[in-house]
Amino acid sequence: MISALLVMLGLALALGAALGAASVLFRTQGDPLVDKIDAILPQTQCGQCGYPGCKPYATAIAGGEADINQCPPGGDEGVRKLADLLGREYKPLNAEHGVEKPKAVAVIDEATCIGCTLCIQACPVDAIVGAAKQMHTIVADLCTGCELCVAPCPADCIAMVPVADTVDTWKWRYPVFELKPVTHAPAKEAA
Amino acid sequence: MLRQLFSFNGGVKPDPNKGASTREPIARLPLPPQLIIPLHQHIGGTPRPLVKAGDRVLHGQRIGAADGNVSSAVHAPTSGTVVAVEPRLMPHASGLSAMAVVIEPDGLDLRVEREPFDWHAATPGEVRDHLRDAGVVGLGGAVFPSHLKLSAGKAGSTDTLVINGAECEPFITCDDMLMRSEPLDILRGAQVMKTLLAAKQVLVGIEDNKPEAAAALKAAAAELGDPALDIVVVPTRYPAGGAKQLIRVLTGIEVPHGQRSTDYGVQCFNVATALAVWNALERGEPLTRRIVTVAGNVERPRNFDVAIGTPIGFVFEHAGLKPDTDKLIMGGPMMGVPLPGVEAPVVKATNCLLASSPALFPPPEPEMPCIRCGECARACPADLQPFELYWHSRSRNFGRAQEYHLFDCIECGCCAYVCPSHIPLVDYYRYAKSEIWARERDKDAADSARERFEFRNWRAEREKEEKAARLAARSAAKPVAKTAEVADTATSPADAQAATPAVTDPKKALIEAAMARARAQKEAAAAKNTDALTPDQQAQVDAAEARRKRAADLVAEKQAATAGETATVSPDAPAPSPAEPGDGAR
Repeated sequence: MISALLVMLGLALALGAALGAASVLFRTQGDPLVDKIDAILPQTQCGQCGYPGCKPYATAIAGGEADINQCPPGGDEGVRKLADLLGREYKPLNAEHGVEKPKAVAVIDEATCIGCTLCIQACPVDAIVGAAKQMHTIVADLCTGCELCVAPCPADCIAMVPVADTVDTWKWRYPVFELKPVTHAPAKEAA
Repeated sequence: MLRQLFSFNGGVKPDPNKGASTREPIARLPLPPQLIIPLHQHIGGTPRPLVKAGDRVLHGQRIGAADGNVSSAVHAPTSGTVVAVEPRLMPHASGLSAMAVVIEPDGLDLRVEREPFDWHAATPGEVRDHLRDAGVVGLGGAVFPSHLKLSAGKAGSTDTLVINGAECEPFITCDDMLMRSEPLDILRGAQVMKTLLAAKQVLVGIEDNKPEAAAALKAAAAELGDPALDIVVVPTRYPAGGAKQLIRVLTGIEVPHGQRSTDYGVQCFNVATALAVWNALERGEPLTRRIVTVAGNVERPRNFDVAIGTPIGFVFEHAGLKPDTDKLIMGGPMMGVPLPGVEAPVVKATNCLLASSPALFPPPEPEMPCIRCGECARACPADLQPFELYWHSRSRNFGRAQEYHLFDCIECGCCAYVCPSHIPLVDYYRYAKSEIWARERDKDAADSARERFEFRNWRAEREKEEKAARLAARSAAKPVAKTAEVADTATSPADAQAATPAVTDPKKALIEAAMARARAQKEAAAAKNTDALTPDQQAQVDAAEARRKRAADLVAEKQAATAGETATVSPDAPAPSPAEPGDGAR
């Protein structure tokens, strides 16, 4: 009787210790769902969703505070991926937050720039180079096209320029072939 | 010597159509009025332009410098004037433009001084740099910079060097004609490559539909008398000229998914590349010309030795383009890409220019649904399952397509060739591949943006903390400093509570001291001639003193009135600590 109790007690202690150790050793850092959602978001950091960046929006989606259709740069495809991940119903992009636009980068008109550094402070990804009273310029490769620098510019010298395809980034089109009406043409070709 | 040959799975046997363009020897095409030399003609980085509009260039002068090691240089094919360095239409399916150097030849064809390069004495690294700067790239169609392939592999030494003269695609005969005309130099180039790679044997694979080329090479090999050289005739079957397929046929090695032939000690080069290596090393000639087959719907199909940068329309003019041509293709009928226009130039990758007509290549029949017959899988030389790739590419399920090894597809077109439903399978694979590449680019960009955004937030946070720490440090340091000052001027120990009111004390002490000095000066400046005065004089002085006093009294009255007013406005402004300086004075 006593031995049975001791065995059970020993087991309880051993398993409890194992569980306790596992909870410390294998603790997951951060919320894995937030990271998965964040991986789908385009990282434009534009704030059009109403949150100050993609990660906060991902956190809000994971917490059930935000809907999945508030990210215009992610577009329709982004909404579909989020719907897939979260097992929710697809819904079209919420127009309140903006519309899907082709990818663009900001370009500073260097002749007009007065060197006020306001755009540098606005850029969420540090893609603008410059110093006070020095001309600023945008590193096009790093620009996410968030448009956050456009509004603060007092000289209105920032324009959004759509990114053009180059030979390297050009994509083959989805194969679509014209359907020709089958009338007299085949007979002629066969002859 | 008898050699055991192997076979690859699949493949097709289309009509070779090679007779027409091999009837006549290679002709040297005259220079066009304008050469358009694209800077980016190879895999890897885009070369930096070295010339600008208005510059004079000479034949063989470098006009684009390799950008990094995974790149290759570009040279002027003749002497002349640079008219522009601007985006021009590329021979690419996209119909887009890219940076090109436009040269107007002067007809003199003046050469740059050829720098002799003693490649026998040079280290392999120097030879590779020389080849990079000579613009030598793979001329079989992939245009991969050759110098990168010429280092003895990391996984041990290279055992076999395969020289690819199979040229399996219909219509294309440029390698065939080159092997017939320059067999000796091709083999010499192969010998150089063999030395650089430290390879034990060189196998030159030629399809059995090119007996003249094989005979020429065999004669040349006999002349060179190198026992490591072996000219091997392989059965004609498309795509025996694919690198992996030819390696399989010649050596029996099947390179698995995700690995390279170099991992198995085999390296493969095209015959024209071998010649380009020889020309670059022995003759100091950079790659500025190549052999181009002009075939299909033309009056005089043949091979031309064309300066790179010659507009395609100019080449077709010499071959006599027939009026019913509906489409121009760069490459062969199986793998070629449609050309956007005749203004596009011949580039290093241009092995064939094919004119298509409805009679020669009937328009594709309408696409029918896939009936899952499996013909494509039987024809696939890469041992893939084209129908699976097709379904997943068509439904934009790119992840699954990649699981079926979409990127092992060599786009040879065998599957589409045999498809009874006339499905343009390769178009779907190209579409899926370019979509996957685009997504990877987007993902890389997003990852970098995320990293930068998080770093920026972290930096903002850090700056805030640092500022708070600075402020805290300052407010902690201030009272200590003041107390020290007070201790200097005031002998009484200023305790912590008295410290704050004592802040103004040193100033007051300074003012007092200044006033005392002023008084002393005034006294020192007092009149010195008042000692011995006559009574008259004394009376005058007294009268003057009395006037002065009256005036001073008047002024004092006025001052007292204004002081009363200000006192009512701020009665206790200088109130706090009159006692302490007194203490200090004591």
